[in-house]
Amino acid sequence: MSAAMDTESTYSGYSHYSGHSKKAHRQGRDRHKSPRSKDGSRSEKSVTIQTPPAEPLLGNDASRAEEGQDDNWGETTTAITGTSEHSISQEDIARISKDLEDSVGLDCKRYLGLTVAAVLGLLVFLTPIAFILLPQILWRDDLEPCGTVCEGLFISVAFKLLILLIGTWALFFRQPKADLPRVFVFRALLLVLIFLFVFSYWLFYGVRILDSKDTNYQGIVQYAVSLVDALLFIHYLAIVLLELRQLQPMFTVKVVRSTDGESRYYSLGHLSIQRAALVVLENYYRDFTVYNPALLTASKSRAAKHMAGLKVYNVDGPGNNASGQSRAMIAAAARRRDSSHNELYYEEADHERRVRKRRARLVVAVEEAFTHIKRLQAEEQQKAPGEMMDPREAAQAIFPSMARALQKYLRTTRQQQYHSMESILQHLSFCITNNMTPKAFLERYLNPGPTLQYDRDRWFSKQWTLVSEEAVTSSLQDDVVFVLKCLDFSLVVNVKKIPFIKLSEEFIDPKSHKFVLRLQSETSV
Amino acid sequence: SYLISFSFQQRIEIHKLRQGDNLLLGFSIGGGIDQDPTQNPFSEDKTDKGIYVTRVTAGGPAEVAGLQVGDKIMQVNGWDMTMVTHDQARKRLTKRNEEVVRLLVTRQSLQKAVQQSMMS
Repeated sequence: MSAAMDTESTYSGYSHYSGHSKKAHRQGRDRHKSPRSKDGSRSEKSVTIQTPPAEPLLGNDASRAEEGQDDNWGETTTAITGTSEHSISQEDIARISKDLEDSVGLDCKRYLGLTVAAVLGLLVFLTPIAFILLPQILWRDDLEPCGTVCEGLFISVAFKLLILLIGTWALFFRQPKADLPRVFVFRALLLVLIFLFVFSYWLFYGVRILDSKDTNYQGIVQYAVSLVDALLFIHYLAIVLLELRQLQPMFTVKVVRSTDGESRYYSLGHLSIQRAALVVLENYYRDFTVYNPALLTASKSRAAKHMAGLKVYNVDGPGNNASGQSRAMIAAAARRRDSSHNELYYEEADHERRVRKRRARLVVAVEEAFTHIKRLQAEEQQKAPGEMMDPREAAQAIFPSMARALQKYLRTTRQQQYHSMESILQHLSFCITNNMTPKAFLERYLNPGPTLQYDRDRWFSKQWTLVSEEAVTSSLQDDVVFVLKCLDFSLVVNVKKIPFIKLSEEFIDPKSHKFVLRLQSETSV
Repeated sequence: SYLISFSFQQRIEIHKLRQGDNLLLGFSIGGGIDQDPTQNPFSEDKTDKGIYVTRVTAGGPAEVAGLQVGDKIMQVNGWDMTMVTHDQARKRLTKRNEEVVRLLVTRQSLQKAVQQSMMS
């Protein structure tokens, strides 16, 4: 067992090392491209690595060699389309096994749903107009003349249809921001309701009016008006079910990231599990600091050392039970005089001091660099045209004096992957343009920010899987736990109901605030 | 063996010391019905508003007479001191025409009681 653990730690060590070599070459272009990202933007470029899929360690070497050769491999390599759903990193080469049918199936489902809804919507919208026009077309001469009342009804139908159109546009015509695993129950219910409703109206119309050629035109127009009224009420129902019901907070949700324990709390209303997962993910990109695998290597190496220190030999033959073995190992580990806690303490103190020192150097360097730049006022701009620089050039001029300190700081805090020289220059010219102080410029580098702040390629988290013991369309309950897994880490979500609050009232008369002096004096006699 | 706490009464006769124009007794009092009983460190019952001895000057007339810190003064020359204000207590103790005051005090005491069986 220890041999496997050793291999695993070596393996992750590999990927860490290759991460460093990556930085040497490129500015931010690497293999973390996924063509189908969550927000619906679709690029036709599907990109991955052409390696034999079943050899983890050898595959590592081959891809590293390939990296060094071709800078434009992103554009020129053809894809194994099955893997285009994932964001591929070095570790994932061994895990390429996604099915082609899955990706095709999901898309079909989404498009199907949209088409059905669109067709139904069009049908529903044209129905009242058809109800009004058909008698005119088919048996115009037999119709009773219908004066101002009908004209009034025509106007009201027209405006109600307009309102319905605007309302439907506002409510439903939005760019889909996510691709959920199961169908959205309320939407499906509403579609079914609308379909049944319109179907029954058509049935009635066909039988009672078309077949018998009813001559009471006013009645027909009023029938059409009642349809439009009912449609408006269904629209109201849609608003309440889809938008209003989940606004009132009923549950508090705790989200914990599995790799480093970072946690947040959110308030949610009545939602299904998949919609709650969607809310959590939307907030994840804004609230959680970016996932940095480089920060986890220390604890992984400690874990490997713990396991490597104890080797268990099976002397009793294959019949030995595994649980007895593991218990013996844990007991032996507890008895062993382990000084790793000491190491951890000193290592952390050391690291803290190093970071602080580098940070001080960085702040001083940046402050000094910023003093070299001065904004020219309008009058001054005519006076010295030769020396004027635009923000980009100004940034490039002062960048070298702070580059070294910044790079050292980023290396110490293991953030160097997230900031390329180009991005730093861009940020610097942005800060210069907007009159920001050195501290404002540094804010982005001193603390790791939320995932959204960084380049898409460094996200490590674009394809999510919802793992849940209950059906994902069931609504949230107290003590529900579900996990949002992406390839490198997972978010464990724990749902708790907000307690029923019993609030009572107590009236205090403002005149009842009275006080006495409480003394304790001591007198000598 | 274990400790028993009990209170006993003691009669103490203090002869005032004349210092210039004043007659000193050599101790300080605290407490009174107009004071805060919860701040009294010597009382067992924190609602007790009686007069307590808070300090005894070394070598003074009170110490010589046997008064101790923490004693509760019940009577002074026959006057009751359990329901008086702080100032009234002071006045009763510092009457100019009295040279001797006879106090009735209550004292808490902790004594070790030895088990009978061990003696026999």
